This record gives sequence, structure tokens and C-alpha cells, in this order.
Amino acid sequence: MLYVVIVYLWASILLYLLLGGADFGAGIIELFTSEKNRNRTRKTTYQAIGPIWEANHMWLIIAIVILFVGFPAIYSTMSVYLHIPLTIMLIGIIARGTAFAFRHHDAVVDDWQNVYNRIFTWSSFVTPLFLGIIAGSAVSGRIDTQAVNFLDAYIFSWLDWFTVAVGFFTTAICAFLAAVYLIGETDNETDRKRFIHKAQTSNILAVFCGFLVFTAAYFEGIPLFQWVFGNLVGAVAITAATLSLILLWYLLRQGKTKILRVLAGFQVTMILLTVTWQHYPNIVLLADGGYLSLTEHHGHAKTISSLGWALLLGSIFILPALFYLIYSFQQKNGAKEAH
Amino acid sequence: MNDFIAARSQMALSLGFHIVFSCIGMVMPFFMAVSHFYWLKTNQVVYKNITKAWSKGVAIFFATGAVSGTVLSFELGLLWPEFMKHAGPIFGMPFSLEGTAFFIEAIALGFFLYGWNRFNRWFHWFTGLVVGISGLVSGILVVAANAWMNSPAGFDYVNGQYLNIDPIAAMFNDAWFSQALHMTVAAFVATGFAVAGVHALMIAKGKNVEFHTRSFRIAAIFACVAAVLQPLSGDISAKDVARRQPAKLAAMEAHFETRKSAPLILGGIPDEKNKTVKYAIPLPGMLSFMAHGDFSAEVKGLDAIPEDEHPPVAITHYAFQIMVGLGMVMMLLSFIYFIALWKKKSWLRSKWLLNFFVLATPMGFIAVEAGWTVTEVGRQPWIIHGVMRTADAVTPMPGIAYSFYLFTGVYVSLALIVTFMLYRQIQMVDKLYDVLPNENPEKH
Ligand code: HDD
Ligand code: HEM
Ligand code: HEM
Repeated sequence: MLYVVIVYLWASILLYLLLGGADFGAGIIELFTSEKNRNRTRKTTYQAIGPIWEANHMWLIIAIVILFVGFPAIYSTMSVYLHIPLTIMLIGIIARGTAFAFRHHDAVVDDWQNVYNRIFTWSSFVTPLFLGIIAGSAVSGRIDTQAVNFLDAYIFSWLDWFTVAVGFFTTAICAFLAAVYLIGETDNETDRKRFIHKAQTSNILAVFCGFLVFTAAYFEGIPLFQWVFGNLVGAVAITAATLSLILLWYLLRQGKTKILRVLAGFQVTMILLTVTWQHYPNIVLLADGGYLSLTEHHGHAKTISSLGWALLLGSIFILPALFYLIYSFQQKNGAKEAH
Repeated sequence: MNDFIAARSQMALSLGFHIVFSCIGMVMPFFMAVSHFYWLKTNQVVYKNITKAWSKGVAIFFATGAVSGTVLSFELGLLWPEFMKHAGPIFGMPFSLEGTAFFIEAIALGFFLYGWNRFNRWFHWFTGLVVGISGLVSGILVVAANAWMNSPAGFDYVNGQYLNIDPIAAMFNDAWFSQALHMTVAAFVATGFAVAGVHALMIAKGKNVEFHTRSFRIAAIFACVAAVLQPLSGDISAKDVARRQPAKLAAMEAHFETRKSAPLILGGIPDEKNKTVKYAIPLPGMLSFMAHGDFSAEVKGLDAIPEDEHPPVAITHYAFQIMVGLGMVMMLLSFIYFIALWKKKSWLRSKWLLNFFVLATPMGFIAVEAGWTVTEVGRQPWIIHGVMRTADAVTPMPGIAYSFYLFTGVYVSLALIVTFMLYRQIQMVDKLYDVLPNENPEKH
């Protein structure tokens, strides 16, 4: 059962990165869209993510519940030492979710829209940045459970060049996912061109941020290069991701939407696989060389088995319903706008 | 403000905020299902409009409920890491099941809010109902987790170790049923009176009377049925508390001395130093009856409990009085409404009855907040009753006060914006939903 639970944890992190990430990305794209096109981007975004954003964000909750039920030591250690970035991320989640709902459900459309829009776009940017920082901190080996002063324990546990680079990398990936997704959601050629262009830019940015991550890792003394290429799975996955990049650029020109989505999803999956494979089963590396491991620091066997059953049973209900939801709102044609 | 107090305040604030949205998230779908049902059955456009107007408001509440809930699931660790480290694997079962319930709720909500004219009408109606049912299930599950903190079960606590963990037994602890029942009914009371009150105000102002009268009726009937049941369920809770947490009961009642045929006291100012209550009205024997169903039974007072395990008496006592007082007022109002419905139709159009409902708008929610204060403050100094102290669970990180100020700022702003938007929504009812007689009623 432990492995079932671990697979669910990994899958919910991946799905959050893909679906929630594309959600955040839509806000980031809006932030970097020129004034005159913003309204159109907004409309596309709304149609694309309106019905599913709440569901997309459930993956985060599933992941966190798995952590605190199944792996309480990992959850509580991260909560203590990464308190500050977690809090900032939470504020971002609150701001984003509410601003998105407010701007679409406010009965009167007036200047308040500007306030909601601004909050929505900026929090869409900040939240994945800090998500990335948190993920980076887990493996940067800076969490020092022996630290005695405030800065070492609660600031430098998460703030260095490496984690910040991971943060920007995550943000760029979100923007990229969103752009690729939105290409297929518009109904006119100009917007399609615009999103194709955005996908290209954000892809270049993501690759660039990827280099930054490696550079920062080098200066911070994190053997990232070795982690990634030092084992077969990592090397194959990252090579596959890179090769598929070429195909992606070719297809981007042609604007083949379905296959583009699959490719973008594939690349992100490969990246997550690479970075998690090397450390598995450890998910938090500590400053003293210790680690927190999924196979050692888990809850009682009975807890794990009931958690596993709860997840399996839950999937029977959730997955078909979720697919039907996504499928239904994909069938845009023939659908009349509500109201 | 010291870190410990700040952490407790932040927890209380976040939960107190979330509970408002979760009550609405649990109950409004049922109100909508009723009006939606009338629309599908009778084709009267006003019912479609009511459903749509409500669902616009509810979308905002849902989003706020979802994000404030997400915050809570992190806050448990951010503020109480030591508690979660041990409690997580034990009381986690309801949370893992709740994940499914939330997910289904979010999916069904997507169908319901965005599915007008897209699906089979009854399928669409059904998705709305699913939102409500899964909301209720989530509420019951999370309250079962809270009940475990009041009535720990499903493990053996030996020399500081948590052994023989049984998550299922932990979920079905002694308190889960009485708390879940009382909370579920409370959600209907609170949301029902709030919604009925707002519509009553609009009727009194003479705006869109048709629209508001029918909305009022749906909300008021739910609210009043629940308000009559609530004291009964409260009685079950009180007997339960007397059995498993005598310290909490004593604090609720400001009952300092153990004695037979203990009086129930109304009002009064507890003086914790001198262990007396000033200016209270005693009802002889009533406390014994309430706690044990026997006018002469002995009721444990705070003197039977070690001093360092006393909960704060004054807050718990006031909160309990507020809850019960409001519960009684709402029950009376419900009886009046039922008499009006069955015997005195003329009352239904009278100003005074409407005004009573307007006055009752916030009462349910105040009672909910007060009730949770009783439960949570009355459990102190324990975070897990009899097992772990709250002070031992708090995060080692200093400066929590700043985090508390930050969240206070965020929640206050959110509360203001939500209120403002709701106000605008109600103002827009005329423009959006008034069907003029010569207009063709919108056909499906
Ligand atoms: C509309 C709201 C409302 C109303 C009218 C009442 N309550 Fe209540 N009460 C709640 C809303 C609530 C609550 C917020 O839902 C609580 C907090 C925890 C819980 O399970 O329910 C609660 C807790 C609570 C507890 C503590 C339970 C525990 O700690 O396990 C007791 C003893 C009562 N209630 C008793 C009553 C009585 C005797 C009432 C008589 C009128 C009453 N309540 C009306
Ligand atoms: C939504 C309704 C709830 C409200 C309004 C509420 C209110 C409060 C209050 C006032 C406190 C502070 C008590 C004090 O320090 O004196 C508190 C503490 C706490 N509550 Fe609740 N509570 C609610 C539900 C829950 C639930 C469902 C859980 C968990 C499953 C929970 C977990 C906690 C924890 C962990 C603390 C901190 C420790 C403590 O002070 O005992 N609460 N809550
Ligand atoms: C008595 C206390 C509580 C009740 C009755 C309650 C009930 C609910 C309900 C009915 C919802 C869905 C409705 C909505 O989205 O507005 C909800 C949302 C949520 N609650 Fe609570 N809750 C309580 C306390 C808590 C606590 C202590 C936690 C965390 C540990 C929590 C976590 C969540 C989460 C994560 C969501 C969002 C789910 C979504 O995206 O739909 N809740 N709660």
C-alpha cells in the first residue's frame, strides 16, 4: 500500500503542476499581454478555465493531505522551516482564487475590475514562483534542524540563488503550459498566432531559466548536473524532453493543438521525473546530510493502508466525473453561452 | 502579543472565517435545488431567476470557501507542527475521505455553474444536488476530525508514544455523531436565517416583491425546521460533553462547585479568582437535568479538576449563553412562522413578521461562531483532550504575531469585498430579473 500512496502523491504533484500550473500560467500570460489584447486573453482564459479551476486546485489539497496523513514528519518539518515561503504562497492562492471569482461573478462591471485583474495577474505570478522556491528548498539541503538563530533556521532554509532560479523556472513552465493550452481555445486566427508566439517566448524563457538553475546550483555547490545525468532514468528522461523540444517547435509553427498539448505535458512530466528520481525515496534533504524519506518517515502501517484505500476508492468516483467535466467543456461547438 | 497567543488567534480567525463560507457552501445548493426544481416543474421564470441569482452569489462564496480551506490545511502544520506530527496519521482518515468529497463538489460545481443550457435539464439539476450532498459530507467528515480532538480514540498513549493506531476507530470517536449532527443542523439554521433575512429586507422595502417573496419562503422553511431541531440536538451535545469533558461543561455553565441538583444559571459575570458568578439567575436543578437527565444528579464542578487543566471560564460561559440565547430566539420565531403558514396567512404579509426576520439575519452565524468558541476554548488547555497540551504543539518559529496581522488584514479585506459584492448583486436583481408583464417569459 505504501507504494500506492507514493504513486498518488507523485501523480497529484504532477497533475497540480500541469493543470494548476496552466491555470497560473494563464494569469502570467495576461500579465505579459499588451493592454490592447488583454481583454481578449481574459475572455479566452475564462472560457478555458472557468469551469475547471476549482478542480485543478484540488490536486494541491490531495497532495497535502497525503503528506500530513501519510508522512507527518515530512509535512511538519517543511511547515516549520519553510513557514515563510508557504505563507506567501498561501496568500497568493487566496488572492488569486478570490480575484478570479470576483472578476467574473461581480454583478456590476466597473473600475473594480481593474483591481481584481491586477490582483489576479500578480498573484498568478507570485504563487508559482514560491511553489518553485519551496520545491527547490526541499532538495537544496539548506534546511538546518540544528540552526539556532532566526536567519539560518527560517530564512536561509529557503532563500538562495538556486531556489530562486527554480522558482523562476517553475513560473516559466507555467506560462509555457498555459500558452500551449490556450492555442487550442481561441476561435480566431489572430489570437491563435498570438498564443503561438507566447508559447515560443515562454519556451525560450523556460530553457533559459533551466540554465540559470544549473548555474545557480553550480555556485551553491549543489551537484545538480550529476543528479540529472548520473543515472539512466534521469539522463534518458531529460534527453527525451530535449529532443521533443525540436518536434515541439516544428509543430508550433503549424499550430497542431492536440499533439502540442501532449508534448508539453510530456516534457514537464519528464522534468519532474528527472528531478524526483535521483533522490527517491528521499524528498527532503537536510543541511546535516540527513534526509526525510518516503519509505522511512511514513505513518503507521494501518494509517497507510486506510489512506491507500481511501485514495483508490476516491479515484473511482473522481476520475470518470473529472474526465466527463473536461470532455463536456471541450465540446464547445453547439454549446450556447449561458445567460 | 506572544507567539502562542498569536498562533491561537490566527487559527481561530482562519476557522471562524472559513466556517461562514463552508456553511453557505453546504446549504445553499439545497435551496437552489428546490427553486431549480420548481422552475423545471412549473416553468415559472421567477424560479429560474432565483436559482441563477443565488448561484451567482454562491460562486463567490465557493471560491472564498475553497481558498480559505486550502489555507487551513497548511495552517494546521504551519501553526501546530508538533500536533500534526502525531495526530496526522491518527485523525487523518476523515481528511483523506474529505479529499474525495471536495473533489466531487468542485467537479459538480463546474457542471452546475457553467452548465446552463448545455446538458439535459435534469442532469444539470442533479449536479447541483451533488454539490450540496458532497458539501454536507465534507462538513461531517471535518467535524469528525475535530471531534477526535475532543474525544481522542483509535490509539494507545503509552509513555509519550502513540501506539496501536486505528484510523477508523479514530474517525468514529465518541463525539463525532453529536458534533456532526449539531453542526449540520447549525449550517441550515445559520444560512437559512441569513438568506431569509436579506430577502425579508427587500420585501419590506417593496422591491421585486414576487422574486423576494418566493426566495424568502424557500430559505425560511429550511431555516425554521432546522431551528426547531437545533435545541434538541444541542441537548444531545450537552449530555455528551457532560460525560466526556466535565471541565468544558463546568466552564460553559460557570459551575465552580461539584454538587447535587445543580442549578442552571442564566447570564451572570463569572469571577474566576473568587470562583463565583455575580448577577446570575439560577434555575434550580436544571443543570443536573440538562447534563444527566435527572434533576438531582451530581454535576462535577471545576473544583473536581486540577487547576492547571481549567479552561478559560468567562469566554466559554459567555459564548455558551450567546449560542443558547440565540437558539431560543430563533426557535420562537420559527414557531411564529409556522403558525403564520398554517393558521394566520395574514401574518405572512405583515411588516412585523418580516422585521423579525430581518433582525434575525446574523443570529445563526453568531450562534455558530459562539458554539465553536465553546467547543474550542472549552477544550483548553488541551489540543488533544487529555493527551497533548496546546502549548506543546505550537510552532517553534518566532514572530507569529506578524503572520497573524497579515492574515487578519487579508481576511478583513476579503470580508469587506464579499459583502460589497453581495450588496451589488442584490441591487442588480431589478435589472437582471424583473420580468415585465408584456415581455415574453424566457423559454428554455
Ligand atoms: C445555529 C447555530 C447554533 C444554535 C442555535 C445552537 N448551537 Fe450549539 N453549537 C453550534 C451551533 C449552534 C456549533 C457552532 O455548530 C457547535 C460548535 C461545535 C459543534 O459541534 O457545534 C455548537 C456546540 C455546542 C456544544 C458543545 C459541543 C462539544 O463541544 O462537543 C453544546 C453543548 C451545544 N452546542 C449546545 C447547544 C444548545 C443546548 C443549544 C440550544 C438552543 C444550542 N447549542 C444551539
Ligand atoms: C470552523 C469552526 C471552528 C472554529 C470557529 C474554531 C475555533 C477555534 C478557536 C476559537 C480556537 C482557539 C482556542 C483557544 O486557543 O483558546 C481554535 C483552536 C484550534 N482548532 Fe478550532 N475551530 C473550528 C473547527 C476546528 C476544526 C474542524 C479543527 C480540526 C479538525 C480545528 C482545529 C483546531 C486546532 C488545531 C486549534 C489550535 C489548538 C487549540 O487552541 O486548541 N478547529 N479553534
Ligand atoms: C467545522 C469546520 C469545517 C466545516 C464544517 C467545513 C466544511 C467545508 C465545506 C462544506 C467546504 C466546501 C464548501 C465550499 O467550498 O465553500 C469546505 C471547503 C474546504 N475546507 Fe472546510 N470545513 C471546516 C473546517 C476545515 C478545516 C479545519 C480544514 C483544514 C484542515 C478545512 C479544509 C477545507 C478545504 C481544503 C476546502 C476546499 C475544498 C474545495 O476546494 O472545494 N476545512 N469546508
